[in-house]
Amino acid sequence: MIVLENVSKSYAEGFPALNDINLHIKKGEFVFIVGDSGAGKSTLMKIIMKELDPTEGKVFINGKFTNNLRRSKIPQLRREMGVVFQDFRLLKDRNIYDNVAFALKVMQEPSRVIKKKVPAMLALVGLAEKYRSYPTELSGGEQQRVALARALVNNPPILLADEPTGNLDAKNSWEIMKLLEEINRRGTTVVVVTHSQEIVNALDKRVITISKGMIVSDEKGGYKYEDK
Amino acid sequence: MRISSLFYCLGQGLKNIKRNKLFSLASISTIAACIFLIGIFYSILINFQHMISKAEEQLSITVFFDEGTDEAAIEEIGNQIKKRVEVERLEYTSAEQAWENFKNSYFTEENMDLAEGFADDNPLANSASYEIFINDIAMHDSLVSYLENLEGIRKVNAAKTVADTVGDFGTLAGVVSLAIIAVLFAVGVFLISNTVMIGISVRKEEIGIMKLIGATDLFVRLPFLVEGVIIGLVGASIPLAAIYFIYENIDKYLISEFQSLTTYVELLSTNEIFRVLIPVSLFIGAGIGFIGSMITVRKHLRV
Repeated sequence: MIVLENVSKSYAEGFPALNDINLHIKKGEFVFIVGDSGAGKSTLMKIIMKELDPTEGKVFINGKFTNNLRRSKIPQLRREMGVVFQDFRLLKDRNIYDNVAFALKVMQEPSRVIKKKVPAMLALVGLAEKYRSYPTELSGGEQQRVALARALVNNPPILLADEPTGNLDAKNSWEIMKLLEEINRRGTTVVVVTHSQEIVNALDKRVITISKGMIVSDEKGGYKYEDK
Repeated sequence: MRISSLFYCLGQGLKNIKRNKLFSLASISTIAACIFLIGIFYSILINFQHMISKAEEQLSITVFFDEGTDEAAIEEIGNQIKKRVEVERLEYTSAEQAWENFKNSYFTEENMDLAEGFADDNPLANSASYEIFINDIAMHDSLVSYLENLEGIRKVNAAKTVADTVGDFGTLAGVVSLAIIAVLFAVGVFLISNTVMIGISVRKEEIGIMKLIGATDLFVRLPFLVEGVIIGLVGASIPLAAIYFIYENIDKYLISEFQSLTTYVELLSTNEIFRVLIPVSLFIGAGIGFIGSMITVRKHLRV
């Protein structure tokens, strides 16, 4: 589903953000990516999303070689991946319904499909009643659930979550993680970047640890890496 | 693109204007200010040109023929002159007509008997002439030198000073127009680039989110373009209304207060001015809005 072969990424400063990464995430897996700040986690996510191109190596998403993907084909690739960020990145000037509907609008889904799917998705994340609220009227946990609804409304095979609980308290963090597990149970491949040792230890999933741009461990179980 | 998606983008464009009231207002004011200046300047320039062309119309060259030139030769000379590109039209005045005109101008009823004393002996016997009206004041000198060298012509009466003055005015108006257009253009670009900069900071995050969700460039761009064009059209309509009001009142004021001057200073009618000003202003307004949005969005599409 997600394959990286000998991927390296260097920025202008010279120090490599990623160094010879080999990674294979299978369909339906739930994977944590951990590591301290600046380890290269975000760069890895950006390369998967094709927000950045690797300096070396090959990237395959859903069987597609994405290194030389034409610019006009990038939207298509991104529709195969739902994305959730630490800072939610909702469109603040649109209500919850419109935020979720937007993901379907960009795919040019007909209105009748949108009218059916959006309320169902909002119900799944427990926000059916608040569809008219604006992002600023919601708590952090609720905003992240809206972001999840938006990421999943078009049934992407992959969900990428970059520090999804980074701005949330313990209770809301657990609710989001439960939702991610539920989504994974339904067949979506889930990749979560996190700092939260507690969550990683509790869920007992595959954990990939990155340090100084390299994968230092990749095994099932708890948080192996000591945050410095 | 689906029709429903197209309508969605159009709708989003309209909503964007409402959502970003302050930015929309700033953009509308900027475009309105530019178009107001262009409109005022255009009105002045076009009236000035109108006055110059009126002066040109009244400017003529008179030619007299060698003694003893017969009617047939005069007609032949007339045909030759008519062929020149500088010539708009020419009017023939026979010697009899010249004497008649002279009598009417210089003799009153009381002393008309003095004139009658000449009886059939026309004192202006050799004064048949062509009055030549020219197309363009700039061609005045070339025509005069042609006429002076034409066989059968005794004398060329050219209003050299008047021609030069009107011609100089035309050149001056051209230079001033270019200078003002350059200044207006620079001011417009400066104001618009400032407004666009505000737009960029407001929209940067929004465009980034849309792209990460999988929106195509067209889908991101279209609402912004719709927004830009509408802002441009509204921005152009406001100064058009203002200029219409101002122009009408100036025209009325000139007619009522300076009646004696209206022979020389006659303004073009509001309709004549706006026949050009409306489409040009709307086009410029929509164009500025379109280009402004295009630049704003393009900078952030590469996500």
